[in-house]
Amino acid sequence: MAGSRGRGRSQFTFNVDALGFGRGDSLPTSAQTPSPLFPPMQFRPVPLQTGEEVDYMLALKQELRASSKNLPFHIKAARTKTDVARYSDKYQNGELKNNCIEWSPDWSRMPKELCIKVRKPRKTAIGAKPQLKQKPKVAAKKEEVLQKLETLEKREEEQHSEEEEDEEKKKQNDEEEGPDADEDYDEEEIEDVRKKNHYNLIDNILQSLWCRHLRISFFLRFFQTQKEMSYVKKNIFFCVPQSKESHMV
Amino acid sequence: MTAQEVRLCGLLLQEHFGNVVEKVGTHLIRSGVLTLRALAHETKLPLDLVKKSLCVLVQHGMCTFGAGRRGPAGPVEYRINCEHIFHMLRYPRYIYTAKSLYGDTGELIVEEILQRGQMTMSSTVKTVADRLTHNMPEGQSMDYSEVVSAFSQLVETHFLQRCPPLASAGSSSSGAVDTPLPVATQPTEPESNPDCYKLPYINLTGQGKRRRSSEGGEAEQRAAKKARTDNSECGDDGIYWQVNFQRFHLHFRDQAIISAVSCKLDQTSSEIVRTMLRMSEVTTPAHAAFTQALSANEIFRALQSSYNIARPNLDQYLSLLVDDPMEFVGKTGDSGGGMYVVNLHRALANLARATLESVVQERFGSRSARIFRLLLRKRHLEQKQVEDFAMIPAKEAKDMLYTLLSENLVQLQEIPKTPDYAPSRTFYLYTVNQLPTARLLLQHCYKTVCNLIERRLYETKENKRLLEKSQRIEAILASLQATGAEAAQLTEVEEMITVPERQQLESLRHHINKSCTNQLLSKHESVT
Repeated sequence: MAGSRGRGRSQFTFNVDALGFGRGDSLPTSAQTPSPLFPPMQFRPVPLQTGEEVDYMLALKQELRASSKNLPFHIKAARTKTDVARYSDKYQNGELKNNCIEWSPDWSRMPKELCIKVRKPRKTAIGAKPQLKQKPKVAAKKEEVLQKLETLEKREEEQHSEEEEDEEKKKQNDEEEGPDADEDYDEEEIEDVRKKNHYNLIDNILQSLWCRHLRISFFLRFFQTQKEMSYVKKNIFFCVPQSKESHMV
Repeated sequence: MTAQEVRLCGLLLQEHFGNVVEKVGTHLIRSGVLTLRALAHETKLPLDLVKKSLCVLVQHGMCTFGAGRRGPAGPVEYRINCEHIFHMLRYPRYIYTAKSLYGDTGELIVEEILQRGQMTMSSTVKTVADRLTHNMPEGQSMDYSEVVSAFSQLVETHFLQRCPPLASAGSSSSGAVDTPLPVATQPTEPESNPDCYKLPYINLTGQGKRRRSSEGGEAEQRAAKKARTDNSECGDDGIYWQVNFQRFHLHFRDQAIISAVSCKLDQTSSEIVRTMLRMSEVTTPAHAAFTQALSANEIFRALQSSYNIARPNLDQYLSLLVDDPMEFVGKTGDSGGGMYVVNLHRALANLARATLESVVQERFGSRSARIFRLLLRKRHLEQKQVEDFAMIPAKEAKDMLYTLLSENLVQLQEIPKTPDYAPSRTFYLYTVNQLPTARLLLQHCYKTVCNLIERRLYETKENKRLLEKSQRIEAILASLQATGAEAAQLTEVEEMITVPERQQLESLRHHINKSCTNQLLSKHESVT
């Protein structure tokens, strides 16, 4: 290539004028800013398709979109519980649970690990009819409970036996399935913090404490779970007034 | 997966299944293959929600699962099938096609199965019969047998197919013998199941039930319970049906070819092509380059008598079709009066090219389109040659070429004369690569659809108050009309005056959305 240095050195393969600037001119200025987000269009866009087909499909699309919101496949995350449990939570039956699936797929076609163990939700609000039937039952149960407490009072110093615990537990279970007997109580403070039906019995007992002046530690033995115990401890101040008796601790 | 495709998938999932499924889905698309635990950990969602979302996705066929890298003993791995999510854009078109082919019954069957993902035949029949009965006047009800016949027609023409059996259960059904384990990378094709299009025998007699709104919730519950117990008695437990999207796409492809022929030539030629395609519908495999060869005699016999085409005319039309530069029909032999095939791939490629040209024409003007067509035909041209062949003055030609180049529709090919690419000693040739350009436009389409969906969501949010107000006003108007009040209506209509202009905006948005999806569909078809 050394021989061709003099000949045809500055000849381009294309017509230089086509580039838009001459030999000695400076290059055109470079862009200072990025190209605009919505550059102006040279030509108007083509008009939309219209016609019977298109209208029908449009209506179909809107319908599909609306109906897919109502299908069980539309998953909404359950609202996280706020700090304060509200009175209205009980009556809002639209509460979603994360751990239940609203439709039943064919589990033989799905991997086993996707199956969610559904906990049966405990019924909180039941219609008026069953409640009427249950009311005398509840009253009877309350009587039973109070009676029980009396007998236990007498045996305050004794060690509680396994059978009593079981009975208590069974009664607790029975009481769970009973209706919400909140209306029987007029203490608003108790209702405000009560979250589950399960605690009705505990509240019964606590209320009876108010009448019976029994030692709280005695009753704490009946409550198996940590949750129940802490609940009782928390609420003791609500339903039992401060009294001077030393054995209220 | 390109960024636009991922974004589109996310928006579609959100539209149909909510935010939770969207989050799970997009994360799974981005990561490829994941186990349940990894997915829950990375998306930071509660495990139960992730399980529910995966159930929904598997039910609709958008997610597949299989034994993972550790083999069948290890945890199950999930992957998303993006193509399936894009099909959601075309649901209205599938339903409309079914309606045009098989009437209202077929339309409802396809709609039910699309919404539910997979369904058994008996449950589909019952639901559709109930829906049809609901719309019928009082006293009439839809018989199950009619729905069953529509269903069987859909299956015979392959529009519905059985869901493939689980890989672990039926490993014998997967074709390849060398794969000892059913790997997640090769899901069993539904076509590999020999019973793919076999209808099960079900004893299902009865009529659709009219759902009365006056009956209390208890009656509905009882009916629902009865339906559930009835399901197992029908004899088709475990046989689920899904929509065969590929068949619908082939149908759309055929429609596109027929409409192109009718635009280019005339109605009669398009009828001839339609007959040819219908004859080879079920016998042609999905990705064949051309249909089976058909003799002119067969075509003549199969032509409907209403078209009144005489035999010599048919021959003339066929020879015209063969000579057409678009190459829709080709002649492969002379026996039986001439053996003709429809060149599917070539027809689609030409359609794609025509789409590209029209896009350039609409965006940049007819002269740029002329340059583009020139480059498509002549492959490589220098700038000087472009000006000469296109007969456009140099300055304008240069401008247009550079605009097209900046939009990536035209590429520059450098051919050096010397090893150092010195500009003075290099040839610069302009060229158009059809396939990459088509893919580029497809991505543009995806992006457009995303933008339109987001714009629609934005508009809905902005005007939510107005929309709700208009809905309430409509309800009030309806109740008022029942009682027959006049004056109040007028005032309410006046109140609504600002609303219609918003509503027009909304409907315009919807329109745009629709049009774009159709455009997208046609381009997609041609490209793939």
